[in-house]
Amino acid sequence: MEEIFAKFVSQKISKTRWRPVPPGSLQPAETFATGSWDNEENSVSLWCIGDFGNLSTDGGFEGDHQLLCDIKHHGDVMDLQFLDQERIVAASSTGCVTIFLHHPNNQTLSVSQEWVGAHYHIGPGSPSYRSAPCTGIVCNSPEIVTVGEDGRINLFRVDYKEAVRTIDNADSSTLHAVTFLRTPEILTVNSIGQLKIWDFRQQGSEPSQILSLTGDRVPLHCVDRHPNQQHVVATGGQDGMLSIWDVRQGSMPVSLLKAHEAEMWEVHFHPSNPDHLFTCSEDGSLWHWDASTDVPEKSSLFHQGGRNSTLLAHPLSNQLNVNQSVISSWLSTDPAKDRIEITSLLPNRTLSVNSLDVLGSCLLCGTDAEAIYVTRQLFS
Amino acid sequence: MEELDGEPTLTLIPGINSKKRQMCFDWGPGEMLVCETLFKKKEKEEKVLGCPFIYIVRKDIDVYSRILRKLFNESHSIFVGLQRIEEESAGKSRKAQLVRVSKNYRSVIRACMEEMHQVAIAAQDPVCGRQYSSQVSILSAMELIWNLCEILFIEVAPAGPLLLHLLDWVRLHVCEMDGLSADVLGSENPNKHENFWNLVTLFVLQGHLDEARQMLSKEADANPASASMCRVLGDLMRTMPILSPGNTQTLTELELKWQHWHEECERHLQDGTFASNPHLESLCKVMLGDDNALLEQKELLSNWYHFLVTRLLYSHPTVKPIELHFYAQSSLDLFLGGDSGPEPLDNILMAAFEFDIHQVIKECSIALSNWWFVAHLTDLLDHCKLLHSHNLYFGSNMREFLLLEYASGLFAHHSLWQLGVDYFDHCPELGRVYLELHIERIPLNTEQKALKVLRICERRQMTEQVRSICKILAMKAVCNNRLGSALSWSIRAKDAAFATLVSDRFLKDYCERGSFSDLDLIDNLGPAMMLSDRLTFLGKYREFHRLYGEKRFLDAASLLLSLMTSQIAPRSFWMTLLTDALPLLEQKQVIFSAEQTYELMQCLEDLTTGRPEPRDLEGQRPQDDDIETTKVEMLRLALARNLARAIVKEGTLEGS
Repeated sequence: MEEIFAKFVSQKISKTRWRPVPPGSLQPAETFATGSWDNEENSVSLWCIGDFGNLSTDGGFEGDHQLLCDIKHHGDVMDLQFLDQERIVAASSTGCVTIFLHHPNNQTLSVSQEWVGAHYHIGPGSPSYRSAPCTGIVCNSPEIVTVGEDGRINLFRVDYKEAVRTIDNADSSTLHAVTFLRTPEILTVNSIGQLKIWDFRQQGSEPSQILSLTGDRVPLHCVDRHPNQQHVVATGGQDGMLSIWDVRQGSMPVSLLKAHEAEMWEVHFHPSNPDHLFTCSEDGSLWHWDASTDVPEKSSLFHQGGRNSTLLAHPLSNQLNVNQSVISSWLSTDPAKDRIEITSLLPNRTLSVNSLDVLGSCLLCGTDAEAIYVTRQLFS
Repeated sequence: MEELDGEPTLTLIPGINSKKRQMCFDWGPGEMLVCETLFKKKEKEEKVLGCPFIYIVRKDIDVYSRILRKLFNESHSIFVGLQRIEEESAGKSRKAQLVRVSKNYRSVIRACMEEMHQVAIAAQDPVCGRQYSSQVSILSAMELIWNLCEILFIEVAPAGPLLLHLLDWVRLHVCEMDGLSADVLGSENPNKHENFWNLVTLFVLQGHLDEARQMLSKEADANPASASMCRVLGDLMRTMPILSPGNTQTLTELELKWQHWHEECERHLQDGTFASNPHLESLCKVMLGDDNALLEQKELLSNWYHFLVTRLLYSHPTVKPIELHFYAQSSLDLFLGGDSGPEPLDNILMAAFEFDIHQVIKECSIALSNWWFVAHLTDLLDHCKLLHSHNLYFGSNMREFLLLEYASGLFAHHSLWQLGVDYFDHCPELGRVYLELHIERIPLNTEQKALKVLRICERRQMTEQVRSICKILAMKAVCNNRLGSALSWSIRAKDAAFATLVSDRFLKDYCERGSFSDLDLIDNLGPAMMLSDRLTFLGKYREFHRLYGEKRFLDAASLLLSLMTSQIAPRSFWMTLLTDALPLLEQKQVIFSAEQTYELMQCLEDLTTGRPEPRDLEGQRPQDDDIETTKVEMLRLALARNLARAIVKEGTLEGS
């Protein structure tokens, strides 16, 4: 984690996503998409880290990222996901969900499909519709699930004009994020500290399971599922806490880890190396959590900048059955083992880090300070 | 009224003819609204169509430049870093830190300048290109001024090193050299190139004597006739005593050596060593610091401060800071030679040479189109403890005033407002008030943005603003029929009145529909339930329903009763509660004890006697009345029967 490139891009970045590499490819990720927010005119942009060498046009050096193309986006980009190699799905604060298509031949983006008014409020009295921000999307081509401030869940299918399934009033508060659990099941987090599991096979508008933080009902802002162990889920909250859940048992988190000082905006398990986890926060920090147990002597040193200060990441609450068949390192409660090494990845923190994405050895994040940070030597 | 420092700039507003019509305006934090007013004269009633627009006049247009946004964002983190180093260090390391910060600022300006330059070259539209080019020259002037201020005020270089710094300063900003040297050295026969002697002279003027010597040796090789002269001049260049950073010699030693060297140059000139070669002779004169010889190179020097530095290099290499302004003034006069007056940039540099910081800042404020430069420079100089004595007549000191202006400009921008927050934080006197006033005016179109604003307020314990933002969001949610969200926001705002209002809406919905909405929220209120009585009641009443649903009738019954006896339930709701008691009273087993039944009866009586006879009320439909009376009668009956059963049961239990 030596070289991390920063580039100021003159727009506040709300979302950053790597383009998935084609299956079987050994190339490191090199193309990514970003979305902006809070600009007079927002956009979805596609960038490329080229090994252009001296060929780069505007004085960039090797490893620097160059803009490939961009397209105007109506409203703030609230979420962004790649549907496949060419298509990007964007969620808008206007309640619109758009699929953008990338044409690699002439390097342009175009709108390929759009669901206007996917999320909306119904005012009291006469049916007056007001758009509501769409806050999260998750894709599993050809299906797209969206959630919004209106507490609504939509299931879209590419090339279908209308939503395949809509759950109105799925939540009484704002839904902040969504992810797939097992194929017909999704998992949502809301602003009153609840995690809900929905099964699209079931009719009706009731979740099949509710898990919640006890006590203060701290809003949850992000969620990610362990890539291999589908019952293990990580969420990040308004107070910056990282919670690890085992959705098979109990209705409370397995462990609560004290993390950031402000809202945790995103949490991601490393897709191929899930003992590593990454979080970013409103407090301007980006953390790498390493829970791999193969390191013989695990220190709990917390590295930040040049100074080392110790921070014990210990679970605040434990609730676990002992006879588990596969114990994930994230669920382990053995005090000798549950030490997690945390590294802060950004040098000087100022404004919020809104989004991050990790793929292979490549890490990417975008901030309110209008900078995009990229590193391609994550585990070196 | 103070005297004006410059002519106010005139902004023409298209469509409004100010000679015929009146304008009105209103100030905003960073901009002004202007529109035409209708000022009817009574005699003439003819209608002339006025200008139908309201114009927004922006004060600080640089904020809207895409490229300058990078400058604002990058310098923001430098600024924040600078405020942090404050306490930690003192003395030498502190000075080193401040110099580093200053260099960081300058490198950001340079990066911006380079990008702007690229864009200016690439611009298709000539008007655009010209705009970018003028921005480039503004940025380059900013960097030039900053660099000089860094040398004089932050580095505070003493006599000796001072000149070396100034030499670097000139070398950095007079960049004709790079093109010229590439041009000449790249040619096949450098010494035949038309600019060969220009380049040599430029090397000498900028004190690059080693390079000049190499050029001379090239000339010597090609021209055996002048070889010996070149060697002599080259030796003079080699032997010129200069101060090198690692050298321990004292200033006096240096002065002595320099004097000897100077006399030797003088002697060669007198002896006519170079008389046969005018190029070499003029070089020698330059090296003697001869004003006239220097002024002959006006084109190569390109500006008076280059002239100043070269002049100092070859006539007063150990110039003291305090003497600078004297040489600067005479250099300026000599260089301009009465052809033209000094320009704003000249005045700024002159003020710096005079060590008049306030004049520098004042001139910059007038000449530059944005607050970025003066705000950051003043803040840095303030950290060098150079501005402490200066207080303005309107409350805060100059540093704070400039920072407030700059940050207000950022807040007027739809997107850069987040940067402004940290600047306000470091304005001890008025920053807080500014932040409070600005932050409330941020439009909140999504909850995520609202959360970011809330976080800013909460970190600074701005409770009033937190409350008002939560209230806005709660109100929005109510308007959108999102009661759950509304309740969450009023809980976060700790706004009891609003929580009561939302709870009432929930209860009303319940009465209409017979079921609760948003159970996920109400079931999980936890301690937040205590925020308002009505909310407590809502939570408890829902708990009653849950207990009832779980067939825990005894618990449900005592909860129901306590809701009324503790006065948590609003009177208007008592009848509903009593009706809810009916099925419990009708259960096979006895649930309400005799004592509880008495209390229930008491409640019922309170309710019926407390209110006026229904018949006296006008406008009440008799149908409603009937239902009400039947209800009361049914309740009385059920209560009496329950009381009888309870007495019998309690009697038997006691007896056995």
